[in-house]
Amino acid sequence: MTSATAKAQPPTFTRRKPPANVRRRRFLVTVADHSFLIAAALVFLAPFVFIVLTAFMTNDQALSPDLWPHPFRFQNFADVFSEAPLWRYALNSLIYGGLATLFLLASSIPVAYALAKLRWRGREAAFLIVLVAMLLPPQVTVIPVYVMWAKLHLVGSLWPLILPNLLGDAFSIFLLRQFFLTIPDEYLDAARVDGCGEFRILTTVVLRLAKPAIAAVALFSFLFCFNDFFGPLLYTGESPDNWTLSVGLAQFRTVHQVQWNLTMAATLIVIAPVVVLFFLAQRAFVEGVTLTGVKG
Amino acid sequence: MRPAEPKGCPLADVRFDHATKIYPGTDAPAVDALDLHIEDGEFVVLVGPSGSGKTTALRMLAGLEEVDDGAIYIGDRDVTYLAPKKRDVAMVFQNYALYPYLTVEANIGFPLRIAGIKKEERARRVREVAELLGLEPYLQRKPGQLSGGQRQRVAMGRAIVREPSVFLMDEPLSNLDAQLRVQMRADIAALQSRLGVTTVYVTHDQAEAMTLGNRVVVMSDGHVQQCGPPRELYEAPVNTFVAGFIGSPAMNLLTLPVEGSAVRLGGERVPVPAGATSNGRSTLVVGFRPEALDLATEGIPAEVEVVEEVGADAYVFCVAEVAGETTKLVARTDWRSAPERGARVKLKPQPDEAHVFDLETGERIGET
Repeated sequence: MTSATAKAQPPTFTRRKPPANVRRRRFLVTVADHSFLIAAALVFLAPFVFIVLTAFMTNDQALSPDLWPHPFRFQNFADVFSEAPLWRYALNSLIYGGLATLFLLASSIPVAYALAKLRWRGREAAFLIVLVAMLLPPQVTVIPVYVMWAKLHLVGSLWPLILPNLLGDAFSIFLLRQFFLTIPDEYLDAARVDGCGEFRILTTVVLRLAKPAIAAVALFSFLFCFNDFFGPLLYTGESPDNWTLSVGLAQFRTVHQVQWNLTMAATLIVIAPVVVLFFLAQRAFVEGVTLTGVKG
Repeated sequence: MRPAEPKGCPLADVRFDHATKIYPGTDAPAVDALDLHIEDGEFVVLVGPSGSGKTTALRMLAGLEEVDDGAIYIGDRDVTYLAPKKRDVAMVFQNYALYPYLTVEANIGFPLRIAGIKKEERARRVREVAELLGLEPYLQRKPGQLSGGQRQRVAMGRAIVREPSVFLMDEPLSNLDAQLRVQMRADIAALQSRLGVTTVYVTHDQAEAMTLGNRVVVMSDGHVQQCGPPRELYEAPVNTFVAGFIGSPAMNLLTLPVEGSAVRLGGERVPVPAGATSNGRSTLVVGFRPEALDLATEGIPAEVEVVEEVGADAYVFCVAEVAGETTKLVARTDWRSAPERGARVKLKPQPDEAHVFDLETGERIGET
């Protein structure tokens, strides 16, 4: 209440700025304080700058010591689409990322809820098993799993990558559980007394209260699928119609006698959505991770 | 929805029958064989220190805690194993549990929405309740934009709108500041008597218990210590626990040797009930309320430590030597005649205001 009224009245005084020499000194001190971080940031940025610049060069100029494109060749971006079915790959990436994320949320949220908020015998043991599953590297299970999908005649499609998400994901369950633990029980008790069953509580109360965590998990999952190279290569390597962007991009290089300017243009097109998505959802992303006290 | 249970159902009394709760991993029951009958329309307050089992008892009644032994009845229905939503009770929580993402209107209407009540009917009932609680101007706000008192009223509204057979309130005023708490206390009492719905109210604040309840149940260690009208609890506490818990400042409890049929205190002979010494007791616990100790020219010599002025009255906190032990005593006096800190005073007990208890069991002995 008090903050609302305080906001309504604009301050009547203007703040005095410190003198110019003080401001200059503060600026220089800030730069000096962050010099190491600035240097590190430049190192990380360099490859991106290289990709962007090369994407606009002619093929002759690419990889030459001359780093500034002349002329700027915008045609590269059009050429990329005629050289490879990028739209097809993008659609496949979307199908993979979208469905996998949807399935993963549908399966992980109820499990996390049961582990965080329902009282039952063996709950702690079940949670331990989930944690152990997180330690298991996917390479360990890849061969038996591949054989299984081969017997189901699904190798060559994206389904072997999408369907397992219906069975939950250890990291997402862990992250969601940690967030659900922070939701006061009284919200759930109030809903119970007011006539909700557990499923109703989950859909009407918990989903709304846990929005940031769910958004973070969805983003993690989508970005993982979008960047995933190993999975799509393994299962769709033989059927180019089902390639995702990450696989398509890699093939791009080998199939077309390495046209570096086109490769970089394609790379730029592929990473652009990830960067845009991250900037748009940055707040939800960071909030979801910090609130759970979990590092991504 | 529930044709067999019309609102204002005449039989909404509540009965705990040996109801017991033992939390997993503990030996001592949180609520131990609770027997309690709450009449239809009655306002009963469960009061006790933290860990006394009062909130557990309320949660058992709500269906939020499993009943490990015994049974609970609402009206003539055995609700021991019923899910909370089937018990026809509404609960107000300590932190209000208002959904932050819903408006006040949607929060109040939440139970009706869950019950599948039509939109128009829902809006009408929410409006009625908002009017009753003075919440109309805030219906479109979110809980985060409300003051503590307003949130508390929204939480009440969400309970009232359902027209349940029993209201359950778990320390609903403890998050409010002192002034607002006193005002809301009066509002709740008025509202309850107007609606006439059976109400079980949990608090650790004995002043709240004494002012609100038709009957007050004092609990400790999972047991009911005493259950009765507030006046009875104050005038005839059944044991030293109730004597010490009810009343503020607490009753002065002194351990004194018996001489014949009386104890001697500050030159005053305080007669004890006939049965007090029958089984060879040589020592008794004798209690005096602060208003039963007068500042006089003769009595127990004491030194004043602190004087608390509360409007017309002043409480004088003293240290005295009683029966060879240093004891703290509190006396009430008029603020005009209150002594200074450090002053030496004499405290004279009023013999007919003495409460006598057994030293071993703490039980009250007879009437004096």
